[in-house]
Amino acid sequence: MTYVIIGAGPAGVTAADTLRKADPSTDVVMIGSEPEPPYSRMAIPYVLTGLIKEEGTYLRKDDGHYDANAIQYRQGIVASIDPAKKTLKLEDGSEQAYSKLLIATGASPVKPPVEGLDLPAVHHCWTLEDCRNIIKYADKGADVVLMGAGFIGCIIMEALAERGVNLTVVEALDRMVPRMMNEAAGNMVKAWCETKGVNVLTSTKVTKIEASGDKQDTLKVDLDSGDQIPAHLVVVATGVKSNIGFVEGSGMKTEEGILVDEFMRSSVDDIYAAGDCAQGPDFSTGAWAVHAVQPTAVDHGRIAALNMAGKPAPYKGSLNMNVLDTVGLISASFGKWDGIKGGDHAEAIDTDNFRYMRLEFDGDKIVGALSLGRTDHIGVLRGLIQTEVPLGDWKQKLMADPHLIADAYVACSQ
Amino acid sequence: MQKSLNIDPEKCTGCLQCELACSYDNESVFNPAKSRIKVFSFHEKGRFVPYTCTQCDEAWCMHACPVDAITLDKATGAKIVHDNLCVGCKVCTIACPFGTVNYNADTGKVVKCDLCEGEPECAKACPTDAITYVDANWTGLDKMRAWAEKTDAGQATA
Amino acid sequence: MAWAKNILRVNLTEGTCKNEPLNMEWADKYLGQRGLATKYFVEEVDPKVDPLSPDNKLIMATGPLTGTCASTAGRYSVITKGALTGAIACSNSGGFFGNEMKNAGYDMIIFEGKAKSPVYLFIDNDDAKLVDAGDMWGTSVWDTEDAIKQKHQDPQIRVASIGVSGEKGVKYACVVNDYHRAAGRSGVGTVMGAKNLKAVAIRGTKGVGVKDAGRFFEAAAAGKAVLAGNAVTGEGLPAFGTQVLMNVINETGALPTRNHRDVQFDGAHSISAEAMAEPRESDGKPNLVRNSACFGCTIACGRISTIDRTHYTVAERPQYQIASGGLEYEAAWALGAATGVDDLDALTFANFICNEQGYDPISFGATVGAAMEMYEDGYITDKDTGGIELKFGSAKALTDIAELTGRGEGFGAEIGLGSKLLCEKYGHPELSMSVKGQEFPAYDSRGIQGMGLTYATSNRGACHLRSYTVASEVLGIPEKTDPLVSDGKAGLVKAFQDATAVFDSAGICVFTSFAWSLEDVAPQIDAACDGEWSVEKLLEVGERVWNLERNFNNAAGFTAADDKLPERLVKDAAKTGPAKGLTNQLDKMLPEYYQLRGWTPDGVPTNETLSRLGL
Repeated sequence: MTYVIIGAGPAGVTAADTLRKADPSTDVVMIGSEPEPPYSRMAIPYVLTGLIKEEGTYLRKDDGHYDANAIQYRQGIVASIDPAKKTLKLEDGSEQAYSKLLIATGASPVKPPVEGLDLPAVHHCWTLEDCRNIIKYADKGADVVLMGAGFIGCIIMEALAERGVNLTVVEALDRMVPRMMNEAAGNMVKAWCETKGVNVLTSTKVTKIEASGDKQDTLKVDLDSGDQIPAHLVVVATGVKSNIGFVEGSGMKTEEGILVDEFMRSSVDDIYAAGDCAQGPDFSTGAWAVHAVQPTAVDHGRIAALNMAGKPAPYKGSLNMNVLDTVGLISASFGKWDGIKGGDHAEAIDTDNFRYMRLEFDGDKIVGALSLGRTDHIGVLRGLIQTEVPLGDWKQKLMADPHLIADAYVACSQ
Repeated sequence: MQKSLNIDPEKCTGCLQCELACSYDNESVFNPAKSRIKVFSFHEKGRFVPYTCTQCDEAWCMHACPVDAITLDKATGAKIVHDNLCVGCKVCTIACPFGTVNYNADTGKVVKCDLCEGEPECAKACPTDAITYVDANWTGLDKMRAWAEKTDAGQATA
Repeated sequence: MAWAKNILRVNLTEGTCKNEPLNMEWADKYLGQRGLATKYFVEEVDPKVDPLSPDNKLIMATGPLTGTCASTAGRYSVITKGALTGAIACSNSGGFFGNEMKNAGYDMIIFEGKAKSPVYLFIDNDDAKLVDAGDMWGTSVWDTEDAIKQKHQDPQIRVASIGVSGEKGVKYACVVNDYHRAAGRSGVGTVMGAKNLKAVAIRGTKGVGVKDAGRFFEAAAAGKAVLAGNAVTGEGLPAFGTQVLMNVINETGALPTRNHRDVQFDGAHSISAEAMAEPRESDGKPNLVRNSACFGCTIACGRISTIDRTHYTVAERPQYQIASGGLEYEAAWALGAATGVDDLDALTFANFICNEQGYDPISFGATVGAAMEMYEDGYITDKDTGGIELKFGSAKALTDIAELTGRGEGFGAEIGLGSKLLCEKYGHPELSMSVKGQEFPAYDSRGIQGMGLTYATSNRGACHLRSYTVASEVLGIPEKTDPLVSDGKAGLVKAFQDATAVFDSAGICVFTSFAWSLEDVAPQIDAACDGEWSVEKLLEVGERVWNLERNFNNAAGFTAADDKLPERLVKDAAKTGPAKGLTNQLDKMLPEYYQLRGWTPDGVPTNETLSRLGL
């Protein structure tokens, strides 16, 4: 029996560890595509800020973790799968046989159709290699343009701002973090960023990037507003997509990601998928969704591994949730933060002090939430949503003051 | 036998000595805002509920940590945040469905109950035995654990 | 350490908030809270000032231990010139507000002037600002507290506010924090209302440090052990609250009844701690839900009560069908025995209203008692009361008047004058059971002689919390003295007064003194605070504070003639009980007291005394 895992991100590593614990006698092979020990992309911004060194991003900190746990970690890029023969072909021509396979290949950044993205001072911020490149350019005071103010863009923005660059953020849609925040919250984040000295341009597109010939600002960034911004560095964060190209031809069902059932099984026997490349059950909608966030990746990895190891573990679905720190303003979103049709909502806005809380209800249960400027006990929002706790008379109290979430959770659960 | 914090709200008078002891032990200052245990006061019901991490088996915080900064203390069962590794990404704070991992903006790290290396200060400070540190089998944590399972994303049945 | 060493000065006229360093020389002489704030007050305010004028100031002050883990160390006091008394006022409150103030980094807040329109002060650590309170003016303490928490989106904010009674000038309005803890006496809330200051709301997250943490932890733990092992603080107060006293004082023959006409109340049991714990017929539940603690308190004497849902006061009003602050002994006495009402739920309801609208149940109940006597004697008529039959024993009259007084309406506005002005108004000043304009609390000084001297000499008007000789005379703490004898009480009163001033200046609750002597307190203060703090030094602080307050009152126009009791207590003998046939022997105790204090026969501190105390 050989378990093979493609991908060495959080989903892959969690699955490897879980498989090893569940089934100590079998072979576990994990294939990573990058020339480093398995690391967390989420931690890259903290390398940019200098808080940690590259080693700080490694997913497992104990020395020789993979060897000690008899997890065979090999580098390589998988080119194709042959489900009939249960083998993988790697780009270097080698093959890898598997008994059960987990695809945890994650996602990659999308390149928008803009001329000039191949110039030397234009980078994504996705891999450690990207990070090293950005550090070369993003010195204090340097003019930097960040394309995209989505979730990932905002995380990078925080790090760039902390490096002291002169930062302009360009977002095509009408607000910041549009997939995590409504208009009120998105505007509040924008206002906050502007008070912190970040130039934010929403409803604006980059149309072209070209070399300027200038020694300092080597790039000129054209905007659809007609303006042109000089830049020393352009960072591109305009979205990601699942890495599933190599499964073409295997007969596996895919949409945005690999479709998996409640046991994280793909449509092909003995092949499972987890993390950013998997489109699994969504707790809130009952439909299938890619939730490209760390907690979902580790949930997926753990559950897929348990099922692969013959310990049936049905998955109740991932909860869409995010937490974000935009230059010191902390926000979080959970579940159906944009509400359901006909559902009540509670909202508290304090624009002056950058505090916001919105709860979305289905009857007397909370199904979604959005918060800004609050960190204490914020996790109870996950608890309230995922345990589907009937709030009873606490609903009225939350309608009057949505900041009573922790009180409501404790009152209803203890 | 591993021990657990046992919390009996019926005995709690809401004095906050637990919060004072916790904040002093961990932050060297009397400051309820920095306590890892919090007493919820439901004044219209006359009810006080001390509330902190149950060191649950699911350990969402530990698994969700992208940089392995939360680990299991095998002696006490506590899930412990290592400040030298924590990058302050706050993912654990939304992953924990109990809301018992909190971000400290002053340090840029997250904080949670670590059971004080097996001698929890909150239990020592409680004047009414509303918080005790006892053999895990005796505790009322079963109720909370049952609650935790409702949040669980997937539970092995075999 | 322990002190934040920082003051917030708020000028309501100008709308400014400014920080200034705490005067540490003064802190070394006056410790904190009551003592230190009084020092600031007397240095800054003309003793002749009209309490309701913008020139009066109001100080909210914590003690050095406030916010630490010493037991009960969450106290703060409100210091001003009292609206009820015209004397120095210092009202102490527990709950959680004092701790929050200290955690925000302030030893005290000094309010000056008067706001042009209603405001509240909002403090988020270093950030302090005045905010318009127009939409809260005219609302209760409870609604104000909720509204502020919602407005600032933070349920953890602590609020001290006044209710409608304080806005309307009821003379004994309180400052209420945490829904039902109050700086209760002397009309400190009335002064706040006159300044157009509706509330003070604080979020403090900075923390409180101490000088020697290891030693402090040990001293605090030793103190807690003493409290836990003491019969009063370890058993009686947690189980029964101060209400443990109702039957005891009644049996002592010192329960003032129907405006001090009698010293024993036939309905005492019905309104006692024991009655609060008895299951009701209607729902099988007792009035008492549970005990509760203020910040850091390991005693937990607080009562949380509910009213029977079928009771006439709440049957149609679900907003009062909640658990809230229940009857303490003084409130139960004033609302009950003083008025002859023995309906426990009616008293609990009146107590809820006192908290909700922010006025002192002691002065209120005692004033209602005086009004009832005048009504029964025909000096007050139905025309005056607006048709309320103000008879002794009428629960309905009590609760109706309570609501009217809360709103400052109708005859409630007259009850809001306090007994002194009310009795003067209706031509019978002798029926006001008060000293310096403040009503007596729940101990008849004919049955407990030392309390007569306590009341007569209290710097804030009649009060049990300035020297609680009941502890010695009834409970035997620290040693038993005979309550019926006046000999030796002058020394007892002085000793209690000085020690109490220390407790009130430290940030801890005076109830700890049932178990703690200054020998227990000094090590905690010494480990927490800069400087060296011995028992001797603390006693000197206590005596200094007492004389400082006395000096202010003398300068304000009070004289020895104001150190007196109503004639009823010194001329009419007790009719029943152990004190039957006795009057209070104030005339025997007072001269000795002046002498022990180092005061002239006219009650003025001698120069020698002043210089000995560094005043």
